Amino acid sequence: MEVVLSCLVGVLSAAAIYLMLSRDLLRFLFGLILISNAANLAIFTSGRLITGNPPLILEGQDFPVDEAANALPQALVLTAIVIGFGLFAFALTLTLKAYRRLGTLDTSEMRVAEPREE
Amino acid sequence: MNSVILRAAARLLVGLLLVFSVFMLLRGHNEPGGGFIGGLLGAVGFIVYAIACSTDEAREALRVPPEKIALFGLGVALLSGLASMLFSDDPFTGQWLFLGATEDDKGLPLSTVLVFDIGVYLVVMGAILTLVFALEEEI
Amino acid sequence: MSAAKNDMPPAGAGQAMAGWLSVAIAASLFAWFWQALGPVAAGEVIRYSFDWVPSAGIAVSFLIDGLSLTFALLISGIGALVMLYSTKYLAGHEHFARFFLYLTLFMGAMLGLVLADNLLTLFVFWELTSITSYLLIGFTHSSAESRRSALQALLVTGAGGLALLAGMILLGVAAGTYELSEIRAGDVAITEHALYLPILILFLLGAFTKSAQIPFHFWLPNAMAAPTPVSAYLHSATMVKGGVYLLARMHPTLGGTDVWFWTLAIAGAATAVFASLMAVKQTDLKQILAYTTLMALGTLTMFLSSDEGYAITAAMLFLIVHSLYKAALFLVAGIVDHETGTREVDRLGGLRRFMPITAAAAALAALSMAGLPPLLGYIGKEVIYAASIKMDAAWFVTAAAMAANALMIAAAGIVAFRPFWRGEHATPMTPHEGPWRMLAGPVLLAALGLLFGLVPGLIAGPLVDQGVKAISDGAAKPAELKLWAGVNLPLFLSVATIALGVALYAGHERVRSALRSMGEAAPSFDRGWDRVLDGLKGLAAWQTRILQSGVMRVYVYTVFVTLLVAVGGTLIWTGAFSGLPDVPFAELQAKHWGVVFLIVVGTAVTTITNSRVAAITGLGAVGVGVAIIFIVFGAPDVAITQLLVETLVVVLFAVAALRLPHMKREDGFPNRKLDALLATAIGAVVTAIMVTITSGPINRRLTEYFESAAWTEAYGRNIVNVILVDFRALDTFGEIAVVAVAGIAAWSLLKGPKSDETEETR
Repeated sequence: MEVVLSCLVGVLSAAAIYLMLSRDLLRFLFGLILISNAANLAIFTSGRLITGNPPLILEGQDFPVDEAANALPQALVLTAIVIGFGLFAFALTLTLKAYRRLGTLDTSEMRVAEPREE
Repeated sequence: MNSVILRAAARLLVGLLLVFSVFMLLRGHNEPGGGFIGGLLGAVGFIVYAIACSTDEAREALRVPPEKIALFGLGVALLSGLASMLFSDDPFTGQWLFLGATEDDKGLPLSTVLVFDIGVYLVVMGAILTLVFALEEEI
Repeated sequence: MSAAKNDMPPAGAGQAMAGWLSVAIAASLFAWFWQALGPVAAGEVIRYSFDWVPSAGIAVSFLIDGLSLTFALLISGIGALVMLYSTKYLAGHEHFARFFLYLTLFMGAMLGLVLADNLLTLFVFWELTSITSYLLIGFTHSSAESRRSALQALLVTGAGGLALLAGMILLGVAAGTYELSEIRAGDVAITEHALYLPILILFLLGAFTKSAQIPFHFWLPNAMAAPTPVSAYLHSATMVKGGVYLLARMHPTLGGTDVWFWTLAIAGAATAVFASLMAVKQTDLKQILAYTTLMALGTLTMFLSSDEGYAITAAMLFLIVHSLYKAALFLVAGIVDHETGTREVDRLGGLRRFMPITAAAAALAALSMAGLPPLLGYIGKEVIYAASIKMDAAWFVTAAAMAANALMIAAAGIVAFRPFWRGEHATPMTPHEGPWRMLAGPVLLAALGLLFGLVPGLIAGPLVDQGVKAISDGAAKPAELKLWAGVNLPLFLSVATIALGVALYAGHERVRSALRSMGEAAPSFDRGWDRVLDGLKGLAAWQTRILQSGVMRVYVYTVFVTLLVAVGGTLIWTGAFSGLPDVPFAELQAKHWGVVFLIVVGTAVTTITNSRVAAITGLGAVGVGVAIIFIVFGAPDVAITQLLVETLVVVLFAVAALRLPHMKREDGFPNRKLDALLATAIGAVVTAIMVTITSGPINRRLTEYFESAAWTEAYGRNIVNVILVDFRALDTFGEIAVVAVAGIAAWSLLKGPKSDETEETR
């Protein structure tokens, strides 16, 4: 299954990068969401996949069952999801604000901070 | 969205989601759950309310401005982390107190770790609500 | 007079407190160092050490021996007097308290520098003196010249500091320790080490920039833009001596080689002679004194080149002599400026009638500077001559010392004789005697020059002898200090010098105009500096234009092409990727294929559609698909989080993104095919990396630790949550801080200044 998910991460990254290269900021945002999904999946997969057996210690036991899922990448991914959401929300706000201010979502026309050199 | 049914349901739903979010937060140390999930659930609850009624009403129901909740949560998490220094441990070392512990039963566990998770809960909920409310009001 | 008194602000009490507090700090430090005199004179070495970064073997350690104690006494003693002086000099200044803060900080940094026994501790304080002196030189921040001088000093000494850091690290590596006393005591002979030359060059760069040796001297005269007490303190008695201190401190470790000798001797001699010529050329009191300071630094460097007992004694003694008279003369120059309104020697004269005490102090200090008996300066000069004729390149050092000393006599005359004793001149303000707080410093320092001259034993035993011992690591025998050493060669040299000096003073106006006409032709280091800076700015502007085009697509392209080349290139280069392994169809079930299908379709829809709703739906499908993967492979916490975040993303899009305009069709956009190619290539590289990682072995050490400790030590059954809130709580704290900042930043962006409506849309 790792092989399949590896290919899936590749597909997600390719689509995300294609979208991020667009001149349309909205497409860029879609790309941002896809790439954070790809990253989360990549971290998760590299911790190896184990079906079932979440990393929980059963009542009355001191240790999890032998074949439990890897807890470490899960902890990393969990915070990464929340932070990725924070990043996305901020980017969305910025996009909205930029559109209000500049009247366009085309990044090649957003030249306020770094105007074209004449 | 001006729907009587949604509005009536929203009030109920918010309550349920909030209770559930606290449940998820508290059981997090032993079962799936915890501060991140609890905070997200709490935020979803208030967002449902804001969509059904209005942001103003949601703010009123929340009583405290969400950005203050987020900062307060950050402070709680920090203090819970530094508390261990009082026991001359390194910062962010968990400190435990088992209320009513007996030979077989550990009793009610209270810990700085739980306080830290409550801080996480408040930050996540506060930060998301800050953002969503501001966005909704801006539109 | 006191122009200052008239504009004294009403809130004077707190201000004055700041001044007196600083004086008290300096004075008590002086007292503390004073009580260390006894043990140090007895040959004791006092050492304090605290761990700083124990894992890297870095400690904060301090050492008091003859050398550092001499410096510490000068720094705290002159510091106290200069601060006392400044309480009056700067009375009523709007940034009075700030000035004292800077000055006190500087004093602390300087003391740290001379007391440090650890290379890295020394470096930290070294840089602190650069920064605090930047603040002090640029104290009059409304003046462009002041700012330029401050920046110049900072950049020159800062660049030297970086070289020094590199040198220290090399030395630490070569010697195996960063403790100076251990390096000295250790059995690694640094001078024989393969890294000796690089270490020496880097250390000398640091020392020469700090102590303003040619060709790095130009910042020091410019630093006179600072208020006069600062010049008196930093640029005569303390900061610039930091470099000399470093040379002295490193003498046992790095000295004793031919490279050391010739570099120091030549740089020192050149600086001394050049600076004393420049001193005679100036007409501004402070500029003259600045160049004579350079001369002193050159002389000190020159004598530190040798291992000879006499030479080191000469350096040690001249250090004290110079600090005393130079601080006194600078303070006198400040009084003259303060009371008459000018520092131009041509416009001053006959001041002794108005300010007799100042005149007396100036005269004593100047006699010491000129090296006349019975002042300490005379003994200093005798030892210098005695040393110069004993050194290796005797004729060369003696000639340089004589030339510099003769010019010093002329400079002393110009600074301290002419303004006070020659015919009267009308000055911008009617002069009269300075207040006691300003007189205390110069009078005391000048008197000490006389006292130590008459009774040299006061400083010989505790300071000079112990200092010589420290500089030479006990190898050199200190010379005896005597006012009358009998009829010998140094005496003849002295007499000749005095005759030459008096002649030079008599004709100094002609010498000055001759030097001026020569100076026109000579290249200016100062202007060269400007050209270097302009060049740097041009280079920065050029590379900014290249790297920052202002088009977002170019930035994104830069990032991803770099990623492709760096990561993909490495993958091919190392040959780590061994091809796609077989897909184990047997273990894959329908649900697995279903999830993969869901995600791929969602991705495809998001990528190709021109409808926002369709794109959001596609994203939702991807998100849910990923969540299902988390559930299937045993990650309930992550799955719940993913689903909740997915919900929130949809909500946010519903709230915000639908207010944004429709997406344009991209068929017409140029270069989309190229984009697709780049994206596919990176996708392939990512897959290759993932396959490489997952087909290799995995190290589960950390996971196993977490699994075994989660319940037994941290009392939690949900290992993921225990990692988040207990094992890695500090990381989590950082992460929630990011979440809070993101929320609040977006909030302030939205609630911020409502410029949307007012600003024209472009």
